[in-house]
Amino acid sequence: MIEEARTMTANQVTLWYLAASVLFILALKGLSSPETARRGNLYGIAGMAIAVLVTLALVARGRVDLIVLAMIAGGAVGAFVARRVQMTQMPELVAAMHSLVGMAAVLIAIAAVHNPSAFGVPDPLPAGNKLELFIGTFVGAITFSGSVIAFGKLAGLGRRFRLFSSAPIVFPGQHWLNLAIALVMIGFGVAFFLSPEPNWTAFILMTGLAFMLGVLIIIPIGGADMPVVISMLNSYSGWAAAGIGFSLGNAMLIIAGSLVGSSGAILSYIMCRAMNRSFVSVILGGFGAEEGAAAAAPGGKTVKSGSAEDAAFLLANAESVVIVPGYGLAVARAQHAVKEMVDLLAQKGVQVRFAIHPVAGRMPGHMNVLLAEAEVPYDMVFEMEDINGEMGTVDVALVLGANDVVNPLAYEKGSPIYGMPIIDVHKARTVLVNKRSMAAGYAGLDNPLFYMDRTMMVFGDAKKVVEDIVKALH
Amino acid sequence: MGAAADPTVIHLVVFVLAVFVGYHVIWNVTPALHTPLMSVTNAISSVIIVGAILAAAPPEPDWGSILGVIAVALAAVNVAGGFLVTQRMLEMFKKRDRAPGKRDD
Repeated sequence: MIEEARTMTANQVTLWYLAASVLFILALKGLSSPETARRGNLYGIAGMAIAVLVTLALVARGRVDLIVLAMIAGGAVGAFVARRVQMTQMPELVAAMHSLVGMAAVLIAIAAVHNPSAFGVPDPLPAGNKLELFIGTFVGAITFSGSVIAFGKLAGLGRRFRLFSSAPIVFPGQHWLNLAIALVMIGFGVAFFLSPEPNWTAFILMTGLAFMLGVLIIIPIGGADMPVVISMLNSYSGWAAAGIGFSLGNAMLIIAGSLVGSSGAILSYIMCRAMNRSFVSVILGGFGAEEGAAAAAPGGKTVKSGSAEDAAFLLANAESVVIVPGYGLAVARAQHAVKEMVDLLAQKGVQVRFAIHPVAGRMPGHMNVLLAEAEVPYDMVFEMEDINGEMGTVDVALVLGANDVVNPLAYEKGSPIYGMPIIDVHKARTVLVNKRSMAAGYAGLDNPLFYMDRTMMVFGDAKKVVEDIVKALH
Repeated sequence: MGAAADPTVIHLVVFVLAVFVGYHVIWNVTPALHTPLMSVTNAISSVIIVGAILAAAPPEPDWGSILGVIAVALAAVNVAGGFLVTQRMLEMFKKRDRAPGKRDD
């Protein structure tokens, strides 16, 4: 009788977890358009509420008070940060959150090795569970320490701590060292797997090496490649959760972890494709070492430059304008000034659109969020492939703080960025480019766009220039 | 048919199918929402809190359950932070519903 009641409960719990898993899928499905996205997020919250409440009910006879207290404390910190974080800091926030998932995975795995029966896993641990715990632990540990380094790089801690330098840290034999550490780590994992007793020495050494490896694989990756790194760590955090799901025999954790893992993997792929780089070359790192160092010194080529007033005149007399924002725009905090300029142009009957390159920000979709924050309506904002076909009919293209993503060298065989997809601003009737100086972009390349007859450079800080354009438009 | 399949094999089935579902759902996400996608997946992967609760629950507390409590707190930061920051971002994505620039000049 009692036995029967217990199986019923286990089945009910599993069914509730199934409901939560479906809600998580619906949450991601909602993101297919901005109209459905908010409802999707509510589905996600509902799924999480079900998962947490059902699990709390399951352990109701244990020390729930302390657990609830920890949840309230953690939740309060999360809520506080979520309200206060600036949109330009989203990459840092996401990196910090990945590290928390990684650390939680490691802690849970240690607790599971210590006391498997708390999770309903047989004690001593069966070999299969040990293998899964091993995978969950090292992926979690790499996610944690890798994300901490990524956070430091994004938050600009490199000035105080060399470990967080946004320039890649490379040394001879680096990849061999990483490979050796990975092999030794796997060796300890095998030792842990094979020994009948819980082999703590092997487990701790393996975890320690995984933490080290997380640091070593992120330090050689330069600041320009951060969108890939952050997507990759997103993926790892998902696989860590799935690994823990396997070892605890929890299908919901496996499903949620796999969704996140594949999401991060797809985003990494999209970012690599947008930079025309292979995933392997990003991971091996070393790219972007001499950022901005190679200033363009073209022999005999001259640029035409003009004032903000000239730019305002051209913009006001255009029928259609496409604005190409880059991260320089966000650094200069010029989004709100841009929004004002766009409103004024719209009043004058100019059709204004934004064109976004996938790597315009520091994480996937970053620029879209920055524009949305400045209250630019999302139906004015177009993805690169959706607007490129029409660039030839655009009167004025205005490039703000972007460089490599509009460099027509991408069409020339033999150039270092050959094949990289770009926004075809060079096809517009007139091109306005705002830059602080003639320094080259991340790729250290000259940009022929600047020397075209139809191009006018407007030098200066993006915010100042846009504000001057706004003044001239009044 | 012999005995039922090993639970690990069943979980492998779940895993492979979930990766497929993930693959198809994620490719349908509009690129404009890739940042909210990352923050919401962050919140979703924090469902690992379920494991943390189990780890924290044994009636007789020892150092293992203390690790569990810490993991609960860490995951809770992500659950709350992830969903709330996603909501905050999504609130910003608005359509051009009113005439742009109704402010006077």
